[in-house]
Amino acid sequence: MATPVLSIRNLRVTFNTPLGELQAVRGVDLDIAPGELMGVVGESGSGKSVTFLAAMGLLPPRAKVTGSVILDGEELIGARPGRLRSIRGRLMSMIFQDPLSALNPVHRVGNQISEMLQSHQKISNKEAATRSVELLDLVGIPQPGDRAVQYPHEFSGGMRQRVVIAMAIANNPKVLIADEPTTALDVTVQAQILEVIQRVQEKFGTAVVLITHDLGVIARVAKQVNVMYAGRNIEKGFVDSLFDHSSHPYTRGLLNSLPRMGVDRLEPITGFPPNMLNPPTGCGFSPRCKFSRPECDVALPELRTFGDLQTACIRAEEIFAAGARTS
Amino acid sequence: MSQPLLQVDQLVKNFEIHALKGARKVKRVVQAVSGVSFNVDKGHTLGIVGESGSGKTTVGRLIMQLLAPTSGTVTFEGKDLSTLKIEDMRLLRRRLQIVFQDPFASLDPKMTVGASIAEPLVVQKEPGNHSERVIELLELVGLSADHSRRFPHEFSGGQRQRVGIARALALNPSLIVLDEPVSALDVSIQAGVVNLFSDLQKRLGMSYVFIAHDLSVVRHIADQVAVMYLGKIMEIGPKEAVYQHPTHPYTVALLSAVPVPNPTVERSRQRIMLEGDVPSPVDPPSGCRFRTRCWKAAEICASEEPALQLRASGQSSACHFPE
Repeated sequence: MATPVLSIRNLRVTFNTPLGELQAVRGVDLDIAPGELMGVVGESGSGKSVTFLAAMGLLPPRAKVTGSVILDGEELIGARPGRLRSIRGRLMSMIFQDPLSALNPVHRVGNQISEMLQSHQKISNKEAATRSVELLDLVGIPQPGDRAVQYPHEFSGGMRQRVVIAMAIANNPKVLIADEPTTALDVTVQAQILEVIQRVQEKFGTAVVLITHDLGVIARVAKQVNVMYAGRNIEKGFVDSLFDHSSHPYTRGLLNSLPRMGVDRLEPITGFPPNMLNPPTGCGFSPRCKFSRPECDVALPELRTFGDLQTACIRAEEIFAAGARTS
Repeated sequence: MSQPLLQVDQLVKNFEIHALKGARKVKRVVQAVSGVSFNVDKGHTLGIVGESGSGKTTVGRLIMQLLAPTSGTVTFEGKDLSTLKIEDMRLLRRRLQIVFQDPFASLDPKMTVGASIAEPLVVQKEPGNHSERVIELLELVGLSADHSRRFPHEFSGGQRQRVGIARALALNPSLIVLDEPVSALDVSIQAGVVNLFSDLQKRLGMSYVFIAHDLSVVRHIADQVAVMYLGKIMEIGPKEAVYQHPTHPYTVALLSAVPVPNPTVERSRQRIMLEGDVPSPVDPPSGCRFRTRCWKAAEICASEEPALQLRASGQSSACHFPE
């Protein structure tokens, strides 16, 4: 693998709450190669968003972040706020689920993109305006010249998300983090937005992190996948291998719970995710796992290599040996 | 077969809104549902799928008489619901229930879940011991008796949705409208609730109108499927016919847009990318409402609205150029 453009090591995030210390992220390791599209999948509360908000330095001060996030050779954890401001939007950008809250309702969208350009580059207003229109065209907005002088409320949900993507890629960042970018959109519009994201990745060699709960979206666009559960990455590797022969009971459970052709009865995962104010000492999935044994609750399992996947489960050998996923 | 349990005939719902035209307020009409007809047989499930603005939720509310139709009729158990007196409608509601999408908003945070489940029994002046019935209902939906004294905030999303289902079951309805009942839930939890719906139907024999935007869940649970777009049914028929041999271009595009959780399949799929967004229901396109995004659209599509026609594979679709 080429030198990763973004490298996260032993990232931990805790929030001080009136009820105690909430451990949202508990030691996440991951690497993204330049130009790669990596999917991060997990259910609500798995820590997938918090991991990348921490990497961007966007968490509130009450969050305690430790570990290491190295972007293009530079450590971001503990970096000065001014330095982070210069990195965000230039080297690494992030887009979110709700495009309306990411746009200022009282400014024309073209000006908002220009602002993004001019905060990082010394260019004239006129140049910035021209660039904004080009960017709108690039993300597939028809009549970009006319649209640039309109306000966010004049755009549909899908078009707003395109504007936000145009802003995020304005300075040609090395990494684009997309946090559930299509969750609020209709499925036909989702297909369009995923295509725009893939086009950006291919055209500019931008590394993309796509955070989602939708395994279908992962199967469509991701090359590498990271599965998160209870604040840890519990399995990672190539998308085909993960869907074909995952060795982790949670990944398998997630895949088996999806409705699909030829299956009369779905297999839910029993129980619910652990309370992160007081997470289990051992494997976070153990209380819901049908493969669980007493030794699972002793220590956190580390990622180990099985075939072309890395799996954090002490019984992964047996599950791996059992072969491809049933049904 | 005798009369269907539910007959919806030419249902129309327009909402009047006040829009701004410059500084002037003008009256505009949102055509949320424009002439929708279908039947639901006893013990069967009709899935209604569509994107936002398709009118699927409004259809659900119209069936429930939570909204009054602009025109058209809803006939349930042989009675035209719009002609019923308030008192008769109140009695009929025992047979007709709804489960909403958001299990947080649909339960009163100040009531124990036991009291919430018992409320329909109280409202309908059901004789007998309510607390026994509540326990029976809790167990029916996979919760336990000691849950009845707890409050909604003590439950997870999946459990809360089960409480909503228990409440809907309290009076033994023959039809339940399920309005996006699993879309707020994580997939691993969703599977359990979907199984619960299947089990309950097998056991109690009620019918469902299952409204959802998730096509794979509808495929799993429904017998018949109606695909809605901008207030109209584009295609309706047996599930397998609609999913395996879609005849309306919109159904084809919708099915091709849904990501399948299988990377090999995803890579080899032919995808039809629809341009643009769903037009506004305030000013829907003339003729076929899908024509502005359809790759087959011709002149006739703008001038003449296609009627639903039975196709060889068993479903009906409204298109001049079916697949």
